[in-house]
Amino acid sequence: MSRPSWWGRIHLGFTYAFLYVPILVLVGLSFNESGLATSWGGFSTKWYGELSRNDDVQEGLRNTLIVAVGATVLATIIGTLLAVGISRHVRNPVIESAFVAPAVMPDIVLAVGLLMLFTAADFTLGLTSVLLSHTLFCAAFVTAVVRTRLQHVDASLEEAARDLGDSAVGAFVRVTLPSLAPGILAGALLAFTLSIDEFVIAFFTNGPTSPTLPQVIYSNVRFGVKPDINALAAVLLLVSMIVVLSAQRLARLTDSIGQQ
Amino acid sequence: MLGPGGLYFAVFFVVPLVLVVGYAFLTPSRFGGAQRPVTLDSITRLGEPVYRGVITTSITLALAATIIALVIGYPAALAISKLPQRWRTVALVAIVLPFWTNFLIRMYAWIVLLNNEGLINRLLRGMSIVDEPVALMNNRPAIVLGFVYAYLPLMILPLYAAIERLDPQLAEAATNLGASPITRFRTVTLPLTAQGALTGALFVFIPSLANFIVPELLGGGKTATLGTLVRDQYLKARDWPFGASVTMVVLVIVGGVVVLQGRLSKRAGAAA
Repeated sequence: MSRPSWWGRIHLGFTYAFLYVPILVLVGLSFNESGLATSWGGFSTKWYGELSRNDDVQEGLRNTLIVAVGATVLATIIGTLLAVGISRHVRNPVIESAFVAPAVMPDIVLAVGLLMLFTAADFTLGLTSVLLSHTLFCAAFVTAVVRTRLQHVDASLEEAARDLGDSAVGAFVRVTLPSLAPGILAGALLAFTLSIDEFVIAFFTNGPTSPTLPQVIYSNVRFGVKPDINALAAVLLLVSMIVVLSAQRLARLTDSIGQQ
Repeated sequence: MLGPGGLYFAVFFVVPLVLVVGYAFLTPSRFGGAQRPVTLDSITRLGEPVYRGVITTSITLALAATIIALVIGYPAALAISKLPQRWRTVALVAIVLPFWTNFLIRMYAWIVLLNNEGLINRLLRGMSIVDEPVALMNNRPAIVLGFVYAYLPLMILPLYAAIERLDPQLAEAATNLGASPITRFRTVTLPLTAQGALTGALFVFIPSLANFIVPELLGGGKTATLGTLVRDQYLKARDWPFGASVTMVVLVIVGGVVVLQGRLSKRAGAAA
């Protein structure tokens, strides 16, 4: 294969610059004593100190973690069962794709639909309604990821276990589930990251007293530049990059285990 | 196996979609919600010039973002596919990584760069290129920029996958048969990667269409889009039936685009 042409390399360089310069500027500013984008007041970590004393952020983080952990657990169970169930029982491509639709549909459509559902059912809006809502698109992603994994799993292995006298549940838990593990793990990590960052659905389905972290960020950035948000941005960028990079490594690691 | 998941999807996905369609035909209650009688008022309101304008604006902005993402993304995906094998994964992860960071933070980063007291204006004034701050945000181009920045990775990934599947021998054969690089690209590479481009286009267009964060944060809330209209009807005006009918417009456009994409993709597959 030939190497990229010189203009291809220049274009790629510009693409990466476009993607990363805004992020890096933000990280740089978080260490700016003056807190302004326009003047450098010297290196300082004071905004990180401010951030650690920001009660709204702490509260938002707590709420976000509650929602993300709950939605990830529910979505991983639902998504895994669905992926296996679809591959065994569903032959209709329309129904098949319906289970992935929440992942591709504009988030605002789900958001208003779920708001109307909770209101019609007289369900009080709060962290529980956000958790139940996040489970929807998280489950859609888990289903998609696990189904991809299923294509590489030999169904005859579970049949063999049954033939050798294992129960249906036993064969599923002991044979199929372990071979799906890398897909399930990757799906769960994906679900967790998506839930932590999700804003639109939380904005519509949450009550007024328990904002998630993205909701706290939104109410801050709407009114311009805030220096401790720069610090929060830097922390969040670092965290999600570490999670995604380790998911990448982990997936490959477990992939090789799954093949043995 | 399908039981629990099927039940969950029925309650939290199918019922909400039914509610969107159903509410569009009801009369608004005073504090949100809807009541009888059944009416077409909300649907016919969509025909008013101001709302037709909102629909056109949203489609135009999302389409502009899709085209720009394709123009940036195609050569980028092509260049990545020509990197040495061990660098390709690194290059791809580097493309996707920003996508996995918080959406609001990424938009905020552009506010920091683009506002009147922001970094770019500071640089322009520092170099005496301008005297007064230039309005770089709170306008429509800034909205398109935000969409492109947010969803460019979703364009590059399927493009790269399509280019990767290309058989290099086809390109060689074309060259051996005397095709110039441009002819080779036009007759071999382009048709064979069209499906990837169409998938990428869908991935950029759909989330841009009904987004309200970017029009608010980078557009300064001055441009009404389908997303801001839905939000305002549900949370400010409290006219849920009209909000639901605007949401239905979003669904119809998305459905139409998906069908169109499927058709074009099939045709591209047949041509290739």
